[in-house]
Amino acid sequence: MPKLPAPPLPQALQAPTPRPGEGEGNGKATPRHHAAQAGTSVVDWVDERTSLSGGARWLMFRKVPKGTNWFYTLGSATMFAFLSQAVTGVFLAMYYRPDPSGGAYESIRYVTNDVFLGQFVRGMHKWGSSVMVILVFLHMGRTFFFGAYKYPRELNWVIGVVLLILTMLMSFSGYLLPFDQRAYWATIVGVNINGTGPLIGPYLSDFLRGGPEFGATTLSRFYAIHMLLVPGLIAALIGAHLYLVAKLGTTAPPWTRAEQSPELREAEA
Amino acid sequence: MSDKHTSHRSKYTLDRQMPGAFEGETVTRRRFMVVGGQAAGGVAAASFLLPALGFAVGPIFKSTPHRWESVGPVDMFSETNYVPVVITLTPNIGEAGKSTAYVRKFNAAIDTDPYDKGTPYIAISSRCAHLGCPVRWVDAAERFICPCHGGVYDLLGRRVGGPPVRPLDRFYTRVNASGEVELGPRFSVNSELRRFSPRDPGEPLDGIGQYAYPSRPGAQKL
Repeated sequence: MPKLPAPPLPQALQAPTPRPGEGEGNGKATPRHHAAQAGTSVVDWVDERTSLSGGARWLMFRKVPKGTNWFYTLGSATMFAFLSQAVTGVFLAMYYRPDPSGGAYESIRYVTNDVFLGQFVRGMHKWGSSVMVILVFLHMGRTFFFGAYKYPRELNWVIGVVLLILTMLMSFSGYLLPFDQRAYWATIVGVNINGTGPLIGPYLSDFLRGGPEFGATTLSRFYAIHMLLVPGLIAALIGAHLYLVAKLGTTAPPWTRAEQSPELREAEA
Repeated sequence: MSDKHTSHRSKYTLDRQMPGAFEGETVTRRRFMVVGGQAAGGVAAASFLLPALGFAVGPIFKSTPHRWESVGPVDMFSETNYVPVVITLTPNIGEAGKSTAYVRKFNAAIDTDPYDKGTPYIAISSRCAHLGCPVRWVDAAERFICPCHGGVYDLLGRRVGGPPVRPLDRFYTRVNASGEVELGPRFSVNSELRRFSPRDPGEPLDGIGQYAYPSRPGAQKL
């Protein structure tokens, strides 16, 4: 198999050409030369021991079809929305207390009113969740209308649907955590909607609540689902989703046509 | 290699000319190690996955003891109108564990249902049978009305409008030695006011509904 030439390194990473009487020119490297080379040396040191550059090049320097446009960025946008949720969520977790007898509401009130930038970070998490849901649906619509779910990308569509469900589960479990009146009653209604499923519904709602009534562990159960169980699954599935995107490549927009060879066109005419 | 294609195949690896065969062995050592290694991994994974799963689903099967809670002296309640009382469904979690019940004295003229014979007080749960929002008793309309999706119930808690699938739940009642009304465990009723063990909102109990929504494994008979 022919080997693709390595893409050119950006100017900043290239080794500077030694001036006459400097660096390798006279066989002696000056400290300035070493400093200029430091970035490349570190990257080389890691790459020699991990061979990561091959994988990185495989992931980043892919060939994309003609006609690729802004709609193709919706998946990345969704991933960045998830990363934003993950980072802000980690910092919110430093203040949050899943205590149903008043502590949860108080800790949220404290973050919002008293913590430096608390209202901003909580706002990013709160509004970011809506942004992520909207981006997920736009990305899904792009995939559907461009026909990008067809062979051989069916499995990536299936993984995407699981990611959509997990995103919904994140929204549902996160809604309870502020533990105000709206959070409480919305969760009561949401859990009971789950309970209306025949046969398994009653067990499902008992599992979500951790018992027959909204109890002492319901809030911590939702908190654990929201910040440990589902984000772990989402991160793992995003990895699988991206691997398949890199392996299978992106689809051309449906309005582009394959280029026909002149001979074939003449033969058809 | 004609013996490979005969209908009777030997069980010995050596006779079947498998790579890595030894005299008198029916499984190659490589295969034995592969299966053994996978089995050991399976046992190791199951030893933490099964207890963790059991821990997570355990509360479904747990039976909670019945609570009886005094809500006031007997002369607080009349035969003709409901008195709202606040009861604790889950102790130690503050307001989140509390709920409202509407209580009145048994009235032979209204409570003609055979299942209510011998019930000293009628206690109706405020938990809407649609999706669990809190209904309130509206005196002028003589109706229970739900603020969320417009469920309406009559004086006995039977549905007269909106999306609810069954009447409002009730609580068992009794009068204790010091003359106070006590509310006990919850029970659900179908449209004929026949009693069932408590079900979640949104689960019908008429016809096929009582089989499609089984009762809780941990539910105890009173």
